[in-house]
Amino acid sequence: MSTATPTAPTVDQAPAPQRKGLSQRTIWRILLIGLVALFFLAPLLWMLSTSFKSSAEVVDPNLGFLPHDPSTGSFSTILGAPQTPVVQWFFNSLMAAAAQTLLVLVVASMAAYALARLDFPGKKILTGLVLATLFVPPISLLIPNYVLVSQLGWLDSLTAVIVPGAAGAFGVFFLRQFFLSLPVELEEAAMLDGAGRLRTFWTVIIPLSKPALATLALLTFLGNWNDFLWPLYVLFSPEKLTIQPGLSTLQSAYATDYSIIMAGGVIASLPVLILFVISQRFVIEGVSRSGLK
Amino acid sequence: MVTAAESPPLSAAPVRRRKLGAPSRGKRAGLGTSLIFILPYLVLFCAFVLYPIAYGLWISLHEWDFLLPGKPFVGLKNYTDLFTSDSVTSGPFWASMRATGIFVALSVPLMIVFPLALAIALNKKFRGRNALRALFFAPYVLGVAVIGLLWRYLLDPNVGVINYYLDQLGLDRIPFTTATPYVWIALVVPTIWWTAGYNMVIFLAGLQDIPKELYEAAALDRATAWQQFRHVTLPGLKPVMVFVLTITILASANVFGQPYLITQGQPGRETRTAIMQIGEEGLRSFRMGSASAMSTVLTIALLVVSLLLLTFMRERKERKKS
Repeated sequence: MSTATPTAPTVDQAPAPQRKGLSQRTIWRILLIGLVALFFLAPLLWMLSTSFKSSAEVVDPNLGFLPHDPSTGSFSTILGAPQTPVVQWFFNSLMAAAAQTLLVLVVASMAAYALARLDFPGKKILTGLVLATLFVPPISLLIPNYVLVSQLGWLDSLTAVIVPGAAGAFGVFFLRQFFLSLPVELEEAAMLDGAGRLRTFWTVIIPLSKPALATLALLTFLGNWNDFLWPLYVLFSPEKLTIQPGLSTLQSAYATDYSIIMAGGVIASLPVLILFVISQRFVIEGVSRSGLK
Repeated sequence: MVTAAESPPLSAAPVRRRKLGAPSRGKRAGLGTSLIFILPYLVLFCAFVLYPIAYGLWISLHEWDFLLPGKPFVGLKNYTDLFTSDSVTSGPFWASMRATGIFVALSVPLMIVFPLALAIALNKKFRGRNALRALFFAPYVLGVAVIGLLWRYLLDPNVGVINYYLDQLGLDRIPFTTATPYVWIALVVPTIWWTAGYNMVIFLAGLQDIPKELYEAAALDRATAWQQFRHVTLPGLKPVMVFVLTITILASANVFGQPYLITQGQPGRETRTAIMQIGEEGLRSFRMGSASAMSTVLTIALLVVSLLLLTFMRERKERKKS
């Protein structure tokens, strides 16, 4: 794939003089992009087609992309198995990700406002500490947080995948930067009208910060949805799992019965993919913003 | 360092007369108000970030078996064990560090070059551009478990799709998930498939910040495409590049899901990465003292890498200024 580098920069050139038909270069470019698109698309299509095959067909040496005899057997098998409640996992993940997102939005925006605008003793030290922990790799928190969560009695409950992860410094840092870029005058006007800090925050700052809050919400949601290591260890009852650790148990439950495993993959990814297609502009814009800190 | 595009239109309003963050006209917020704002986060931050950092170090000084009541203090023994070649923990740990290092070395260059090429290809208006951008990004939203199961199937030595196609082409089957060096392909390729779109999106944003005039000037000077890339694109991307490089190195060094699901650490311990090793030691065998010591060593290694990257970026900047 690295061969794309020498040719790709040409797209930055000024528009080439118009020619009739497609130049050879353009044809190569379309071909190359087509191949790359295939690389990204083909695995998804194989997952989809395999989920409609029978267990026997998957191991048939006469494989082939399309199912010979499409059936929804794999889906009914996995949806009917109490040990692998895929739909339950999906909703657990949805709950956990939504709850954590809400928690982060409220808690981080308030703290970020305090760090950006309010004066209180120890503010500088706290700001420094919060920024410093951005560099602390999450792995150093894995073992102690596990012990802590077990002492709090949160093992095997969604609380464990909602609360500790909301303490990360990124949200506070991200929103603080944004609040600092807002003009102070608007808040002053509101406060001259007699509004207190809390009301000013709620009626002036929050509405102005919608784009930043939306970006943070999105990144938090995606991060929680994709988290694997932590929920894998803190959740263990089949009905308590979130989607990522849940799916990983399919491998031991169905070994190499890939039609069933792929059906589980389809159930888990279809809603997310549909949601992504609908909101892709917003999602991609949000992610690209996260890089400009 | 929020960019102009990010701030709402109002930020263009009246010039600020006062230092940002200064208390406003006679309405200095009281300590009580400040506490209301800061307290909820402060509680979370202390409980799940600050305290665990210290607690982890404390655990690493003990023979801390999660399931046993006694947790005797052993000083630095867990650390000295890691650096003693014949101890129980040092062999597996350094094997896992080696696996992590190999994965970083193989994946990071590809995770920079490939997404950058994609970003450059998409940094031009043409029909289908947004659809392609969405397609390249889509795997990222699926999560590592779907990626792991899917590629485990595609790469399966016996019934996998890729081996089926190799068969069709009359080539030998490849034991992707069980033999070196193929296991590394089985980890790197799915990782690229999964996260290349993420890096691409960040590169794209960086490319759009490079002033068009620079390319026009370069074109006037008859710079070739390669020269434009070398002297306009790359320098213009420097800050974004350092950011992407840093997050990619850190993400690769923290790799867990792919080896856990696709190769299961095979063959032997070949692809068992540091995070896998720490998870096994601390949260499956519940030997948390030694696992915490391993985390500390890994953390220090990662911090050194981040700091090196930061200073490298600073030096380059200053040399440019002088």
